[in-house]
Amino acid sequence: MSAPNKSYDPVEVEALKPEEIERMRDEAFAAFAAADSLDALHEAKVAHTGPASPLSLANREIGALPPHAKADAGKRVGMARGAVSKALTARQAELEAERDTRVLVEEDVDVTLPYDRVPAGARHPLTTLSERIEDVFVAMGYEVAEGPEVEAEWFNFDALNIGPDHPARGEADTFFVDGGSGGTESGVVLRTHTSPVQIRSLLSRELPVYVICPGRVYRTDELDATHTPVFHQVELLAVDEGLTMADLKGTLDHMVRSLFGAGMETRLRPNFFPFTEPSAEMDMVCYVCRGESVGNPDRPCRTCSSEGWIELGGCGMVNPRVLAACGVDPEKYSGFAFGFGIERMLMFRHNVEDMRDMVEGDIRFTRPFGMEI
Amino acid sequence: MRVPLSWLREYVDLPATETGRDVQAALISSGLEVETVEQLGEGLKGPLVVGQVLTIEELEGFKKPIRFCTVDVGTANGTGEPQEIVCGARNFAVGDKVVVVLPGAVLPGDFSISARKTYGKTSHGMICSTDELGMGDDGTHGIIVLPPETEVGRDAIELLELVDEVLDIAVTANRGDCLSIRGVAREAAIAYGLPLRDPALLDVPAPNAFGYPVRVTEPLGCDRFTARTVTGIGPEARSPMWLTRRLQKVGIRPISLAVDVTNYVMTELGQPLHAYDRSLVRGTLGVRRAAGGEKLVTLDGVERTLHTDDLVITDERGPIGLAGVMGGAETEIADHDDTEKTTTGVVIEAAHFDAVSIARTARRHKLSTEASRRFERGVDPRAGAAAAQRTVDLLVLLAGGTAESGVTEVVAPAAPHTVTLPADHPDRVAGVTYGRETVVRRLQEIGCDVSGQDELTVTVPSWRPDLAAPNDLAEEVIRLEGYENLPATLPKPPSGRGLTARQRLHRRVGRALAGAGFVEAPAYPFLAEQVFDQLGLAQDDPARRVVKLTNPLNDEEPALRTTLLPGLLAALRRNDGRGSHDLALFETGLVFLPRAEYRAAVRLPVDRRPSGEEIAVLDSALPEQPRHVAAVLAGAREQAGWWGRGRPADWADAVEAARTVAAAAGAELLVRKGQYGPWHPGRCAELVVVADGAERVVGHAGELHPRVVKSLGLPERTCAMELDLDALAAVGNDTPQAPGISAFPVATQDVALVVDHPVPAADVEAALRAGAGELLESIRLFDVYENAEQLGAGRKSLAYALRFRAPDRTLTVDEASAARDAAVALAGERTGATLRA
Repeated sequence: MSAPNKSYDPVEVEALKPEEIERMRDEAFAAFAAADSLDALHEAKVAHTGPASPLSLANREIGALPPHAKADAGKRVGMARGAVSKALTARQAELEAERDTRVLVEEDVDVTLPYDRVPAGARHPLTTLSERIEDVFVAMGYEVAEGPEVEAEWFNFDALNIGPDHPARGEADTFFVDGGSGGTESGVVLRTHTSPVQIRSLLSRELPVYVICPGRVYRTDELDATHTPVFHQVELLAVDEGLTMADLKGTLDHMVRSLFGAGMETRLRPNFFPFTEPSAEMDMVCYVCRGESVGNPDRPCRTCSSEGWIELGGCGMVNPRVLAACGVDPEKYSGFAFGFGIERMLMFRHNVEDMRDMVEGDIRFTRPFGMEI
Repeated sequence: MRVPLSWLREYVDLPATETGRDVQAALISSGLEVETVEQLGEGLKGPLVVGQVLTIEELEGFKKPIRFCTVDVGTANGTGEPQEIVCGARNFAVGDKVVVVLPGAVLPGDFSISARKTYGKTSHGMICSTDELGMGDDGTHGIIVLPPETEVGRDAIELLELVDEVLDIAVTANRGDCLSIRGVAREAAIAYGLPLRDPALLDVPAPNAFGYPVRVTEPLGCDRFTARTVTGIGPEARSPMWLTRRLQKVGIRPISLAVDVTNYVMTELGQPLHAYDRSLVRGTLGVRRAAGGEKLVTLDGVERTLHTDDLVITDERGPIGLAGVMGGAETEIADHDDTEKTTTGVVIEAAHFDAVSIARTARRHKLSTEASRRFERGVDPRAGAAAAQRTVDLLVLLAGGTAESGVTEVVAPAAPHTVTLPADHPDRVAGVTYGRETVVRRLQEIGCDVSGQDELTVTVPSWRPDLAAPNDLAEEVIRLEGYENLPATLPKPPSGRGLTARQRLHRRVGRALAGAGFVEAPAYPFLAEQVFDQLGLAQDDPARRVVKLTNPLNDEEPALRTTLLPGLLAALRRNDGRGSHDLALFETGLVFLPRAEYRAAVRLPVDRRPSGEEIAVLDSALPEQPRHVAAVLAGAREQAGWWGRGRPADWADAVEAARTVAAAAGAELLVRKGQYGPWHPGRCAELVVVADGAERVVGHAGELHPRVVKSLGLPERTCAMELDLDALAAVGNDTPQAPGISAFPVATQDVALVVDHPVPAADVEAALRAGAGELLESIRLFDVYENAEQLGAGRKSLAYALRFRAPDRTLTVDEASAARDAAVALAGERTGATLRA
């Protein structure tokens, strides 16, 4: 037991009476509630929780109490101070929330404002469609082969079994390169198809050869809504042991499914090309109407003119003479090839109505196609 | 080739219910490209009858001559009274038989006929022309006047065979046999599994010694020549309606009986024929090559100088026809309308000429005829005698002529063509097991003789010279079995290596530029050379050496591009003209640079692989074709908007585009001040790479020269850059290396350096970099300041932020300052830079 407290002062201890402490606490509560801003609350905080606040002062008097009263008073003061501190925190949070709400409202913007500070660029859809097709075949193991656009006639015609007197040679609408002042024939043309790349591939690659040849080609057609003298083709060449027309058909089916979706297929119709034998014209099911517009005048299809099929291009088994011209043994190897125009596919795949839109470089045409197609 | 269904049915008993569309589908499936089926007389409804003109009253007082006619139409009008008709045409007379359409009828084009008042009279119908009946051109463009023997009141729809279907077939270059009704009928017969009544199976008298004399001295060019003679042709004889109608339907204009008959037989059998006026041919007909300088006036009235490779038909005077292409004017059959001359006797030529020779002659003389088109694609050499016989028969029948008994046939003997192939060859080509039996049956169907078991020996029919190799025969089997029945299998290519570095780079460059706001605008590569003047190129600029075309689309633009700028700038101008003024365009594409020494490309053989050396020689005849990339800008690079002001495109954007490309290529691009034709002399950057230790200029960038802008009509301050992408790729590294990333704090030091105005910022930066040493992490120029008062005239201040960092420790202030001082010191030494006070 401790000794009696000699400095006991009944006057000062007045402040530790229970009703006094309750009053101090309630005053603090009232001051906090009355504070209508964070600044006012800060003042109230100093006044009611600071070192000079009544409760802090009262706390200091506890030591003056007789020992038996100390615990009681201490508990009372502590509880009051705790309640005050809690009220302060609550009010602080309340006011901060109010302030935040107000500021965020003030920072409100119109998010519908347009932003075209640097308008987006775009790649030409002929480029991206060609790449898209390349990717289908690269995924199968084919490689992309390229060649010159100004090409020797031997590559463009002769090696493809289109001899100098072949009717197809005259029909090819060829641009010829000038042989100079002597008026002699240069033997050089703007390639009329990407087929010379097939020859170059067979001459430069190890067998088997599986290549896809995209590129620009040239024919002497005037530019109009459906023709352009400069256009793009993609050709495919596969030369291996035991390749068949069934392989050609399967490869075509795979391509149109990759580009136009499940359920698509192709159709072959006999045709003639000097560089393939047998040869075929290839069509694909109209990806828009899926053939349902045929004989159905209520549901006409613009994409296929209600034919149900869309013409793609030509194909066939590589003519053994072409293989021989490239030093490939036709007894051992066979091959298939096909080719088609990218412009045409772009037209029916993306509803381009006029060929001129593709060649004039108008940014309004190209921009919507973005980076990929 | 136009094929009337009615004509086709003459040789194949197609089911009566088969429409033109049905036949089209069957023929397409077996390999003939039937492009359209024309419905002749679609919507046509009678009464349309034969009438005889009774009276003609010329009506006066109208702007054009008008006739009021009465026409006897028999009982077709229900009354038997003469029909009153107003007519504006004049090519008929009283007594003529004409075609009359009566009220209630409907003509093609939904043209309903009713009685109507016109020119003060009531017209009860019309007297018809070929146009109104949709019959095609007969050369008159007037009223149809029928032969006098035509029965009045007869139904003219039937008489004129106005309702028919015509298949239009795009015959491929290998199928000359299908340039005849006979050939198409054979295909139809096979497609329907029906027998063919071959119109060439005629009784032909054996050749004898008293036919018209013929001497072929060029058997390689002409292996068969049949000559027959018909005399006593009535000068008034006209082609009957059925014959002219058939010619019209296949698109051949009727001319005169003898000519019409030869055209008819050619269409029917595919054998081109020629009829000479017997009285105009002198002596023996001959076939030889032309002598140099010989001349011939062909039927079209053109005098042609012959080439020594041209095959000609001669008589004792010299050439009288361009063999297999076009006859000569001198021995031409007289026209009916020519009253001074009449042809009463003809010599008929049915010959077989070498396809290549005819093709060359037709090309040489730019003369493609019905005959030359057929010979080029292959004519049945054995059809000549039958075709001559058919012609004789028709002339006798229709013209009252007499066939002379002399039959001349000159034949160069040739063995039938055979092909051997394994019986399973078509199976291996198709990937389908057809079996020997099917293969043999199909080959027999197309007219082949087949013998042998595992190895077949196939004798191909004379009308299919295109069947020369095993794959040709495989195609016949596969197409007749149906391409639509081929299964679909996928081959298994070996694992590929993906895109090449060059291909990946092209994609990357496109994406980088598009990402930077440029729109790709590929242009045609055709140029007018004057554009080089407009671009301000020096006279000796290598870009002026161009590859030229002999047959450009536009004579003004015969050259191929050596730079991408003209095409791209044209696209810029076009966009600007169409109201898009803020423009950033790019293109990647080939340019064409002639070799220092021109050489023509050789023709290598095609029966073996050319050697590497041969290929190299061939390639050396081609121009170099490097890939370039170019970009052009005009208008605002950044738009003005609610966010603030915009920014016009300027030289720096063009240089930045070049840097973007170089970064995509992983190439280090040196940018320095340059001067080159198209660019503003003060705003032109020369773009340089270092390859094998040597600097190489790979392009330019900046603002275009105001003169170029003006002469090309471009927006003001148009900017441009062009780079040789292949040269850039050659020095590029597409495998970037990861830098070490230090987690220690950065120490930043800013310096402002004052240099003389002409000192390039690039030099200052390079010196700072070199001087700062390894601790330098990055350097950035953040301000350029010019002020004569503060810095002195001709001086500028360049402010740089230098960031230093060590990989292994926190740098002290002293360390960072020391590095900065070293940087500044080197810059001072190399460029005269001083720290700004």
